[in-house]
Amino acid sequence: MTDHTVKAYDQDLAALERTIAEMGGIAEKMMADAIDALTTFNVDLGRAVVASDPQLDALQRDVEQRAVLTIARRQPMAIDLREIIAAIRISGDLERVGDLAKSIAKRSIKIASEPRLPRAIIGLKHMGELAALQMKDVLDAYAQRDVERARSVWARDVELDALEDSVFRDLLTFMLEDPRNISFCAHLLFCSKNIERVGDHATNIAETVFYLVTGSNLPVDRPKGPGHDQDALLRGSVPAPK
Amino acid sequence: MTDMTLNPGASTAAVPGAGLPEKISVRGLKFYYGDNLALKTINLPLYSHKVTAFIGPSGCGKSTLLRVLNRMYDLYPKQRAEGEVLLDGQNILAPGQDINMLRARVGMVFQKPTPFPMTIYDNIAFGIKLYEDLSKSELDGRVEKALRGAALWEEVKDKLGASGLSLSGGQQQRLCIARTVAIKPEVILFDEPCSALDPLSTAKIEELIDELKEHYTIAIVTHNMQQAARVSEYTAFMYLGELVEFNLTTSVFTAPAKKQTQDYITGRFG
Repeated sequence: MTDHTVKAYDQDLAALERTIAEMGGIAEKMMADAIDALTTFNVDLGRAVVASDPQLDALQRDVEQRAVLTIARRQPMAIDLREIIAAIRISGDLERVGDLAKSIAKRSIKIASEPRLPRAIIGLKHMGELAALQMKDVLDAYAQRDVERARSVWARDVELDALEDSVFRDLLTFMLEDPRNISFCAHLLFCSKNIERVGDHATNIAETVFYLVTGSNLPVDRPKGPGHDQDALLRGSVPAPK
Repeated sequence: MTDMTLNPGASTAAVPGAGLPEKISVRGLKFYYGDNLALKTINLPLYSHKVTAFIGPSGCGKSTLLRVLNRMYDLYPKQRAEGEVLLDGQNILAPGQDINMLRARVGMVFQKPTPFPMTIYDNIAFGIKLYEDLSKSELDGRVEKALRGAALWEEVKDKLGASGLSLSGGQQQRLCIARTVAIKPEVILFDEPCSALDPLSTAKIEELIDELKEHYTIAIVTHNMQQAARVSEYTAFMYLGELVEFNLTTSVFTAPAKKQTQDYITGRFG
């Protein structure tokens, strides 16, 4: 794109984009490490993830401050305005991804004291990989202003939702099999929900990238998988009280 | 350059709001300063009771276009227009057009406030007396109404006999607007009305424009992008004598269709 006549304006926008890239890198790593810590019962790694969250929070505040200053100074229009709005939105999503990774990491520390049922974790690992891929793809889409890539991330979130349903079903089965599994599996249930939420943030970012590049919005309704209804699953699985 | 040129009649085809009543329709308008072609086949509507902003770098033809809309250019030799400018369906470029009546219907406010060197009262009354024969009390009423309409009455009602030139810049500009609305025009053309004013006076003029559009169709040329975004419903971006983009203001300033428009409004122009 052509440069601004005022060079400092280009530098302001470039700095915003760099900070988002940095946040994206941290959030991605936190997420990957949290899943690792969870699946390998690695307490130290879990603690490291928790410790890196404040950094992400600080960067988000930095993005917001820069964005507000740029709006005040330059009264951005058109693509510049969309860049700044996108930076604010994406930094919010990435900060939340960090929170979710932190929450998974905290649970990984808790369950590491009594590891059970390694097979229960396989599905979560798979979910984690898919979420990580979504994050990577959407951050690339942002960096390259790639609308098609953003759209495919947006359309693919349904797979993560489906996977969460299947993990939910498995965990329910394990809990029914042996009540001693309940505490362990309950932690995993929360983790799977957190991973699914990471996917939602990736979807949000995809929508933002689409808006950033095109100036218009993706449809309100995303593609939905069949039977995404955990209440029904729950009703079907738990024996009626006698 | 070809992608900049809008086909005759095509400029409004994709515009939301097309189909609104057009107070002024510019069709195939070319304008010459001597041999120099300053407007290259402009097609554009000015919708009734809407504010249309004209933006573009200096020399792009936006003021020229405005000056055609009330044939201000007629005052200068060697300037001529070709094509049609329809005001309520009547071509104002036609040879038989009564220029004085046209300028009563299409008023203009200039960049620099231009009060007449006479009292505040007479600044307003002068124009009315040219077109109408009113009693003193009727004239008083019209002067007050015009000054109220321009949000100036409260500030000048106790000194109507003072010279128009004694007012501040912002007040002078509102006096000029009052002078314009006094003769009950249908269209008001603003040529950078706030470029010589401080922010507070600018805000007052913008507030005024917002009120005026209820009664008038308004065209405004401005170099202040934010002002165009604030006051107008439609925006026309012009460059090198061509109309590059005409669309809803909300679209032009958030997601313009043409790269040139985007480069201009974001401050990337060469």
